[in-house]
Order: sequence, then C-alpha cells, then structure tokens
Amino acid sequence: MSGVRVLVGTRKGAFVLTSDASRKNWDVQGPEFAGWEVYHVKGSPADPDRLYASQTSGWFGQVLQRSDNAGKTWEAMGNKFEYDGVPGTHQWYDGTPHPWEFERVWHLEPSLTDPDTVYAGVEDAALFRSTDGGQEWEELSGLRGHETGSSWQPGAGGLCLHSIILDPSDPDRMFVAISAAGAFRTDDAGKTWRPINKGLRSGGIPDEDAEVGHCVHRIAMHPSNTDVLYMQKHWDVLRTDNAGELWTEVSGDLPSDFGFPIAVHAHEPETVYVVPIKSDSEHYPPDARLRVYRSRTGGNDWEPLTNGLPQENCYVNVLRDAMDIDTLDSCGIYFGTTGGQVYVSPDAGDTWSPIVRDLPPVLSVEVQTLP
Amino acid sequence: MIRVVLPYHLRNMARVEGEVQLDIDGVITQQSVLDELEARFPMLRGTIRDQGTHQRRAFVRFFACEQDLSHEPPDATLPAAVAAGTEPFLVVGAMAGG
Repeated sequence: MSGVRVLVGTRKGAFVLTSDASRKNWDVQGPEFAGWEVYHVKGSPADPDRLYASQTSGWFGQVLQRSDNAGKTWEAMGNKFEYDGVPGTHQWYDGTPHPWEFERVWHLEPSLTDPDTVYAGVEDAALFRSTDGGQEWEELSGLRGHETGSSWQPGAGGLCLHSIILDPSDPDRMFVAISAAGAFRTDDAGKTWRPINKGLRSGGIPDEDAEVGHCVHRIAMHPSNTDVLYMQKHWDVLRTDNAGELWTEVSGDLPSDFGFPIAVHAHEPETVYVVPIKSDSEHYPPDARLRVYRSRTGGNDWEPLTNGLPQENCYVNVLRDAMDIDTLDSCGIYFGTTGGQVYVSPDAGDTWSPIVRDLPPVLSVEVQTLP
Repeated sequence: MIRVVLPYHLRNMARVEGEVQLDIDGVITQQSVLDELEARFPMLRGTIRDQGTHQRRAFVRFFACEQDLSHEPPDATLPAAVAAGTEPFLVVGAMAGG
C-alpha cells in the first residue's frame, strides 16, 4: 500500500512522520540528533531508504548523517568540507572583503539516479559533491570561482547556497540559488556556471537590475517542464520559461509578495504554491492569518487556501526549505512553521490539518512518496 | 590510561556513556589526546577542532585539574595527574545559550 514519509528538520533535531496514502493517521518518530539543528533531511530518489541529514551546532560544527534503512539507524559520514584551492574572499555585510569560511550545510540534494551521489549546498556559498555516499566531499569550484564570486554578499541569514535543482531531462544541467547572490545554472555538470538573474529587480541593491546581488529565497521546477522555473525572491514571485534566461514577475494579486518557500503541484506544472509573509521587517503572515496561495495559471492569479489553517493571531513564519509535495494521485502539500506545526493538505491545498503541532521551529520539510 | 570526559552531545555521537579511556604512548598533550580520541571515534572529527588546521572550535573548552587549558599550545604537556589517569581531561561545550 502506498504512503508518504515526511522528513522534518528542526532547530532541535529531526523527525520522521509516516502515513498511508489517506494521510490522516500519522506515526511520529524522533527526535533524531536531539538538541542539534537539523537544516535538512532528504531521501535518494533512486533508493528511498537512503537518507542524508545535515546536523549542525554552534558548538560542535557540521555533522553529515546517512541512513540506509529509512531513518531507523544513522551513521556519521565525512564532514570535511574544504574549499578548493586558496578560497579568497567575498564581500562582507559592510562591503569589505571577507574570507570564505565554511559554516554549515543548508541543503542536500541526492542524485536522481545514484544513491551514493549527493550534492551539498553550504554557507559560505559553495556547492560540494560526494560520489561515495557522503564520505568524501569535493567542491564544484567553478561556481564560487565565477568572476562575480568575490562580490557576493550574505543575506540576513548568511551567504548560503540553499536551493539545488537537478534537471531530470539533462544530467548536465543544474540550477542553484544563493542568498544574496542570485540564481545560477550549469550546462556542463557543474564545471562552469553563469548567473541567470535577468528580469529580477531588487530594491535593496544599488543597481536594481544587477547581474548578481539578488536575494533569491527559493526556486522550484516541475520535472515534466524543465525550462520553467518559479522563484520566491526576497520580494516578488517570478517565473522563467527559458531556464532562467529571463524572469517575469508573477506576483499578481498576492497580499504580499515577500515570502520564503515556493512549490509546484506534482501533476499540474502550472499550479504553484507560496506562503505570503508580511514583510522583511515582520516575518509573519499578513493580517496574522496563515494562508497558502495557489495559482493554477503559473502565477499572477492567486487564490488563498485557508481551510484548516489558523486565521487569527498567527505569527509564525514558513522557511524556504519547509514546503514540499507528494506525488500521490491527489497531490499532497506539506509545510512546517517556525511555531513547530507541520501541516498537510491531501487535496492539493483545499483542506489542511496539522500532522504535529509542537515540534521545535521547523527548518525543512521533505516528502517521500512510497510505493 | 588517559581519562577523557566528553560533553553530552559528543558522548551521544560517539555512542559512549561515562568517561572515555585512552591508551597513549609518549608525551601526553592536547594534541596526542585528541589524535587518539579521533582515531578511536572518527565521528568526532571536526566537532572539537578543525580537521585541517586543528584549531579548537570557538565554543569548545579544555579543562583539567581545575584549570582552563583551552589557550595552552596543543603540544604543551598536560598536567601529570591527567597523564597518570588520576584526573580526567574535560572537553566542555562553552556556556553560550542554546
């Protein structure tokens, strides 16, 4: 019988939530790595029992965990993330040069075909790859070595590489996004990269149309339509129809176009979800009402989804890696909040209910659809 | 026999309870203790000191015999009581919130 496994990273550990396809009754396992920040947990599309987790601590640094049995047991893997060559500098918050310093792994993206190959997006922004199941890590330094690299500047959350999209139609093509440098694309399996930020306009930088310097919060793609990407930027929701050559704003009638996550329906490539947040000064929902917005037209026309979500006195945030979908016939949408709730909608957003209400602040939500 | 006390999170990582006991030949220093500790518990690599530079992580401290040895050179000899195993070498997570 099919079902789902929801991998939740929080400020104080990881949790695994499982259910059958009804998505009504949930088993809650955890916390794993109790007391540690778990930025991200993700399973291999090629082997659903193979999970990777990024476990971090201000005291004890980065630990990279792997499970080969769907989270029943875990083993610490390699955690030596060394920048390639002489790392050089990027720009600090005050505009001065600052050495590249590894802080943590924000995002893990397992290969679509090989359980032992996994990519890691890190702070300070760089992309690493392991081809031996997480034991050894090698930087794909063509990204950080791009001619603009020394001008990249951290966003408020750090200079983090938080989004990695592997193109299922072209194994040489990959997209990443960095706060606050922007989105980048490789067409040669990570050797060379170029910024794909044309069409973005950001009021917080001196040249609003600059090639880099944009605070991209998240990008998403539907696997059947890989030239189309959606973006939640610091402000603005955008789309591209040509793999990032040009972006067009599709914020339309959203109550706020500030936010963090963005996701695409499993079976409808033009159905997109965002969670509007009031502003970069007030990281909570507009009018204290938690609303997911859905567009069935690829943007511009948005409808609020509120059934089952708190519509008063709600002051949580939903972070960039904390929304995902399942691929069951009736597509499920999931998101976690900084208040510790993880919500599920088993009907594409029409109705919602909490799976759990009182976890630590949720950093990431990933969903595995099980056969 | 060198006795090492790890903080809670690192005991969990290493899957040990109570003190760790290490057999080390030669001079007993921070470096020789940490080298042996990491050899026996590879999952601790990078959690106490940088894997490349061996620089102590900012919020980790080393105590022994009621002294803070955190700022001692890594190759300085540890107190005789640590080398004799009558006092433990303490790896401590600094009190810094959380």
